[in-house]
Amino acid sequence: MISWLKRFYFLIIGLFLSLPLIVVAGVSVNAKQTLAFPPQGFSLSWYGEIFANPEWRSALIASVVLATTSAALAVLIALPLSWFLWRRIAPWANIFQVLGIAPFTLPPVITALGLLTFWATTGFYGQPWTAVIGHAIFFVTLPLVTLSLGFSAIDRSFVEAAATMGANDRTIFRTVVLPLILPYLVSGYAFAFVLSLNEYIVAYMTVGFTLETLPIKIFNALRYGYTPTMASVTILFVITAAVIFSLVAKFGDLPKLLGAMASDEP
Amino acid sequence: MKREPPQSIADYGPLFFPAGMLLIFFVVPFGTMIAVSFFQRQEGGFYTPAFVFSNYERFLSAFFGGVLGFSLMLAVTVAICCVVLALPFTYLLSRLSRRLQVIWLVGLLSVLSLSEVIIGFAWSTLLSRTAGLSNLFVKIGLLDQPVALFPSFGAVLTGMVYQALPYTILVLYPAIVRLDPTLMEAARTLGSSPIRAFFNVLVPALRNTIMATLIMVFIFALGSYLLPQILGRPQHWTLSVLITDQAIYQSNMPFAAAMAVFLVLVTLGLVALTLLIGRKGEKA
Repeated sequence: MISWLKRFYFLIIGLFLSLPLIVVAGVSVNAKQTLAFPPQGFSLSWYGEIFANPEWRSALIASVVLATTSAALAVLIALPLSWFLWRRIAPWANIFQVLGIAPFTLPPVITALGLLTFWATTGFYGQPWTAVIGHAIFFVTLPLVTLSLGFSAIDRSFVEAAATMGANDRTIFRTVVLPLILPYLVSGYAFAFVLSLNEYIVAYMTVGFTLETLPIKIFNALRYGYTPTMASVTILFVITAAVIFSLVAKFGDLPKLLGAMASDEP
Repeated sequence: MKREPPQSIADYGPLFFPAGMLLIFFVVPFGTMIAVSFFQRQEGGFYTPAFVFSNYERFLSAFFGGVLGFSLMLAVTVAICCVVLALPFTYLLSRLSRRLQVIWLVGLLSVLSLSEVIIGFAWSTLLSRTAGLSNLFVKIGLLDQPVALFPSFGAVLTGMVYQALPYTILVLYPAIVRLDPTLMEAARTLGSSPIRAFFNVLVPALRNTIMATLIMVFIFALGSYLLPQILGRPQHWTLSVLITDQAIYQSNMPFAAAMAVFLVLVTLGLVALTLLIGRKGEKA
């Protein structure tokens, strides 16, 4: 009885989480421009539309460029910071760890409004590159968390061995530390990339009128009614996220990254 | 190479870039926002430096009181629904084989990373008249003809629970995985049914985690911005919507900033409460 109840509960939660996406997937293959489910006819042309229609294509390119660069910048901020906190005893420097985590903990509208007032005051409001900095600051939490986990997992005796053999900090970092934390670095980048791809409010408040990212484009299109391209973009995003997280799970230790214990646990 | 305090300025080198970026692009904007919240608004969307409390006084109106009350009520409801749904689920998840756990985690992360726009669009499709659930109800004879189930409060709540549920599960997950499995085994050996053991052993053991999770999900739900707009009517708009509306469409930056500062204070108060609960938990 209990195992039946268990399965039923998994099924209900699974359905709740997947049902909206199943319907959207169905809608995205409608042959005509209708919002109908079950789909009438079958066509993949709405997926082609993302790349063929200049408006959707430029939104896609804007989003991918923004996510690629802002995630890189987030990692560039997080890596030296978490390395420093691991290498040195400097308790006051932990304040920067807190500052890195704060934007992600507060409601996003606050980071968005802070950046909006800042760019308006400094006169850069609306410049596309301001969104890169905005997203990097907003998502720096993710590489910071994965990298701190990575550093705490390093066996310091490796590093001591290297130092005893005469390696300096730079060599140790390149030959010992970097290879050990690379999986954490990559997953931090991946998390920041996927979330930046989906982020709306920070991008909207800082560059909403000059740069149309995909989420902004979908919302603008939603106001003027329905086009099936929204459905195909949604499915494209879900698949992208699922593929990236599966890769993280394949090459890293997902339960451990999410805070559970190491893989020798049951 | 032991951990050691920095000896020279050069040792601080790696800190310069991250510290600079965080100070310039987080602390300074945050300060700017607080400063602007005390500025005087001019007609036509500009504002001049001043030190006035008039932006904060506007909270005292019935309209903003209503919006604030609604935002808090909505976030509390979302937090409770999510924790009630997620707690048994996360426990069952932690008992699954590692392979199945990873598959669920990938799915949860994929849903969690979805843009609010996409969640809003997906639910508005599912609740629509032409492609939605009501067609299914018509087929099985529950309804005479398909109806649109949004905009409505139920739709906003469903969308927000959908958005926050994966987050809730992932916040509960580490605590539940680390829970001593012998606790439940002892309860079972002593003859309690799994459901009784869940409520009488697991839930009390996780009391502090549950409280902390409720607060974290509450803060997460406070940030929801697009779902109330896509799935609700104007009376379902939250403080986040109002802040953006004042900043972008009404060009009233000082008032938007004052509301944001207020939202920060509410959030920080709750974070402090979470930490306090966590500390109490360690002592107990």
